[in-house]
Amino acid sequence: MGYQSEAALASWKFIFASWLVATVSTMGSLFFSEVMDLVPCVLCWYQRIFMFPLAIILLVGMHPLDLRVIRYALPIAIIGLLFTAYHCLLFYGFIPENLQPCSKGVSCSDASMELFGFLPIPLLSLASFLIIIFLLLKVRSLCRQTS
Amino acid sequence: MKKSHITIIALLLITLTFALVAFFYNQEKNTQANQIVSQHSEALVRDHSVRVGNPQAKVTIVEFLDPACETCRQFHPLVKNLIEQYADKVNLVIRYAPLHHGSDQMVAILEAAKMQDQFWQVLDMMFDTQPQWAINHQAHPDIFWNHLIKTNSALDFEKLQQDMSDPAVFKAIQQDITDGQLLGASKTPTFFVNGKPLPSFGYTQLQNLVKSEVNANY
Repeated sequence: MGYQSEAALASWKFIFASWLVATVSTMGSLFFSEVMDLVPCVLCWYQRIFMFPLAIILLVGMHPLDLRVIRYALPIAIIGLLFTAYHCLLFYGFIPENLQPCSKGVSCSDASMELFGFLPIPLLSLASFLIIIFLLLKVRSLCRQTS
Repeated sequence: MKKSHITIIALLLITLTFALVAFFYNQEKNTQANQIVSQHSEALVRDHSVRVGNPQAKVTIVEFLDPACETCRQFHPLVKNLIEQYADKVNLVIRYAPLHHGSDQMVAILEAAKMQDQFWQVLDMMFDTQPQWAINHQAHPDIFWNHLIKTNSALDFEKLQQDMSDPAVFKAIQQDITDGQLLGASKTPTFFVNGKPLPSFGYTQLQNLVKSEVNANY
């Protein structure tokens, strides 16, 4: 086992971990909408748009290990993070929601987004995107060290 | 252990967890729904509610519907068939759940038509022509109104318009909305058979529940 393959194994583990987070987040959000009947708000949809493909891209990048998956996954995760950050600011009232016209649908700052009454869904999303990005950056720095 | 095995096991575990939690969540939800309905059974049928079929039937289907709802439109002939199939044993009560924008007006037309014994004709007409007046999940009562004037000669339209603004009509609709919220009819159509909600949504589930209630009561 050379240094190269050790780094490859470590990279695989990090990608696996980030895939795990993306998949659990995907299933979790599907659980909210399909089982608990919580209708996703507009911002939730944008976050889903950037979370769901991560669960697939990262899986493809793991079997066989293709480190270029970082190149493809990182931009998606970062854009997702931006939406989540915006959503969290909205949820905690740092940005007023009534800047946009009222429409029928689900409010993005609705209290029903609090899971079990204390865990807000936007915060869960923020944690997921942050962990995924952190892990992917870890792999990137590993690659830089070895090459 | 091979990497691919780890991934497959992880996927299986996640899927299994999802399925299990969903199963128990649904079971709990159904138990709660049953409890709520049995605690508020008086909210299922009110004096003003429209009923079709034998009033002495021992099995009653209560349907919360919205004339602008596409699934209600698809269920309409199926539910009618079900009533016919069991002839005198099953009857149907219609309640309003005007969830779409503009549906409150459509429902007011129905309530007013009821006073002229034209409820079913008008409801059939609404579902028949739904694609023309329900556009993008919005009801356009004016389009339907014009259609009704052209096709229904049995209705006194002046009276219909007057009755639509009758406080009793408004009260009946409000009562239906309140009862629907109380009973958890947040989607349309929502069915209750002898006060039992469907275990999960679907025509087969409705058929089975009706069948088991008929078998239990006759």
